[in-house]
Amino acid sequence: MTIDLTDTTTSAIQQALTEARRRMGGPASGMVLTLIIVTDEAAQYDAVRAASQAGREHPSRIVAVISRKPKAESRLDAEIRVGETGPGEIILLRMYGPLGQHADSVVAPLLVPDVPVVTWWPDEAPSSPHADPLGSVAQRRVTDAAASETPKDLLLTLAKAYQPGDTDLSWTRATSWRSLLAATLDQPYPQLLSGEVLAEPDNPSADLIAAWLGLRLGIEVQRGESGGPGITEVSFDTPDGKVALSRPDGRNATLSWPGRPERRVALHRREAPDLIAEELRRLEPDEVYAETLRALAGSAGGAAQ
Amino acid sequence: MAPANLGVIAGTDEAPGPRNPLRDPRDRRIPRVAGPCVLVMFGVTGDLARKKLMPAIYDLANRGLLPPGFSFVGFARRDWENEDFAQLTYQAVKEYARTPFRDAVWQQLSEGVRFVSGSFDDDAAFDGLADTVMKLDAERGTGGNYAFYLSIPPNQFPTVVRQLKRSGLSDSGGDGWRRVVIEKPFGHDLASARELNATLEGVFPPEAVFRIDHYLGKETVQNILALRFANEMYEPIWNRGYVDHVQITMVEDIGIGGRAGYYDGIGAARDVIQNHLLQLLALTAMEEPVAFDADSLRMEKEKVLSAVRLPADLAMGTARGQYAAGWQGGRQVRGFLEEDGIPPDSRTETYAAIKLGVDTRRWAGVPFYLRAGKRLPRRMTEIALIFQRAPHLPFSATDTEELGQNAIVIRIQPDEGITVRFGSKVPGTAMEVRDVNMDFAYGESFTESSPEAYERLLLDVLIGDPPLFPRQAEVELGWRILDPIEEFWASYTKPDQYPAGSAGPASAEALMARDGRAWRRL
Repeated sequence: MTIDLTDTTTSAIQQALTEARRRMGGPASGMVLTLIIVTDEAAQYDAVRAASQAGREHPSRIVAVISRKPKAESRLDAEIRVGETGPGEIILLRMYGPLGQHADSVVAPLLVPDVPVVTWWPDEAPSSPHADPLGSVAQRRVTDAAASETPKDLLLTLAKAYQPGDTDLSWTRATSWRSLLAATLDQPYPQLLSGEVLAEPDNPSADLIAAWLGLRLGIEVQRGESGGPGITEVSFDTPDGKVALSRPDGRNATLSWPGRPERRVALHRREAPDLIAEELRRLEPDEVYAETLRALAGSAGGAAQ
Repeated sequence: MAPANLGVIAGTDEAPGPRNPLRDPRDRRIPRVAGPCVLVMFGVTGDLARKKLMPAIYDLANRGLLPPGFSFVGFARRDWENEDFAQLTYQAVKEYARTPFRDAVWQQLSEGVRFVSGSFDDDAAFDGLADTVMKLDAERGTGGNYAFYLSIPPNQFPTVVRQLKRSGLSDSGGDGWRRVVIEKPFGHDLASARELNATLEGVFPPEAVFRIDHYLGKETVQNILALRFANEMYEPIWNRGYVDHVQITMVEDIGIGGRAGYYDGIGAARDVIQNHLLQLLALTAMEEPVAFDADSLRMEKEKVLSAVRLPADLAMGTARGQYAAGWQGGRQVRGFLEEDGIPPDSRTETYAAIKLGVDTRRWAGVPFYLRAGKRLPRRMTEIALIFQRAPHLPFSATDTEELGQNAIVIRIQPDEGITVRFGSKVPGTAMEVRDVNMDFAYGESFTESSPEAYERLLLDVLIGDPPLFPRQAEVELGWRILDPIEEFWASYTKPDQYPAGSAGPASAEALMARDGRAWRRL
């Protein structure tokens, strides 16, 4: 059911929620977290849809904070959806005027007690997620560098502001590549001399993978450019020749290894619900991401000097 | 060491071979991925293969959990080419896979699909199979690692296992691994279980034999351990001091369907109590394992299973029944004795109830009631801990008339989750206390999760991670518990009839009533 409240307050929203739950026969609220989505009217549809699909795995209260008309008079409109697409509740908050600057005051009373809070900026990320009023209430702060016009710069900004609990969807997108690379090195492998990651120029995931490989393997890993889509190849030079995992079509990858038959494996690009579900699966600080981000910032700093 | 994930029984974290610098225990995003291997399946035309195993393989591939070059070989007595088998797999995947169908994933998977035609006693066919997998090693780099999935009736195991040995397939020669996967039934009594095991272990080492009990792949079943051992609030009351009795139930609304050949002579107790229900009992009753690895877990399960005690009088402590014709779920259905392929004088039970004791300090005097049956009102599997009544109620008798016993119910299917039942005041001016339920359902409840169990278990086989697979010792302990009951039933009683769609035979109700208790409503 959908409930629209115009020019409303948080207590009215809470009351509406309770009533909605009661009217639906009082289903128990087994919510495991609150997910705050900071977005605008244009992007809210996709973001909320992705989050509610992820909500099938993680029943949650999804609170979308949508700023509108900053010059208008302060007003709060709410749209509550319960029992439509899955478990949990969706609350869309449209904030007009100066209220948009004080979104935290609206969101705070709507957090589900006791359970963790995750804040997600699907489009524009704050330069310091931890210091952002909507970020400071959260255990986990999810940005998306790929949505920025200068993804790598944003990653460097995020690296400076990093606090435990920060994470970025470009790192999440790297998971399938990283797990395939890790699986590749589960077998005995020749000495790795250097590496290269090839991807479209503005692909922050490729930057992170290159930094991660360099950090973990202790070798030089170049970040090369290709026409895409996304990441097209990760390769290592070895004394025996080149070990490469290449994915020219964005779907299937081929593992080539000197002296062995080529092996193919599916490696598709993942959709937003998948990424968000992965983010919500573990809420502890991602130390490996922190180290990788630091390594990326370090090498960028070195290059600049 | 702390378990990797409390919701999951973690295996050893060590990757095989030299340490992999890309793996880090703190890196929780990278999943466990199987190494290069071939899965060889016998019995590919069966329901299980089509509805569960093939879709599970696809789902694993779709989630990126299968290695590059993974290959899947079918063996059956059909005059098929690789393409025909690929087509069969394709249809099974399309129809039953849980994850969305992606053409690219299927294309890549289908490149590794092979079929070998032949019967199990055909030496040439097995030599052909050996050729096929060796060619796969050369073409697709599967590294000489083979898992053999025997999705076939147990009476064919000896032939197949002998053929695997004769053709040299079972011998890795120190290079790569060999694993064999079998499904229940693991025998029909202790002697046959041992015989079966001797056949398998004559060729494969014990640690290479993976016995699938798909219940152990279910999230909620693994969650029993998290509930018990990751929390502080349940374990203190998880004992005879607070628990009155435990009911473990696995019932179905369906009849035997087309399984007459298998079911007649087996019955409900051998079919599900010996394996699934006793495993659930073991997980519910066992002590805390020292670690969440295969050995510690199995040790605790074996310990508690060896402490299980049968009722002194089997006539009073067991009940069994056969469904008679009746109305089930709005349809008129036949009785068991009228089913196709069942002899009219069959004494096979379709309902079994057993009262067991667990002779440990924790559980002395707490009965465990197990029941399993077909053609009952609905399909449901659950473990219910029913607590004692509060020793003193400071309310008047009328206030608490409707207050039952507190309960923790672990719902395993269909609606996975946990229910806590307790007394609560009914709103109003009078003091009146009545039972209420508090429910927790994790996201799993939204998807049909039994294929998921196979996915998890198949992956564990390919990785070689054994905690979720029962060992032969557990199988034998199960038969030690069940054999005396089966003998008693065979010599003394005939199953009672119960109408299809009812809650079971009157003798089962009487079993509980003698103890002043009642079954939970189905």
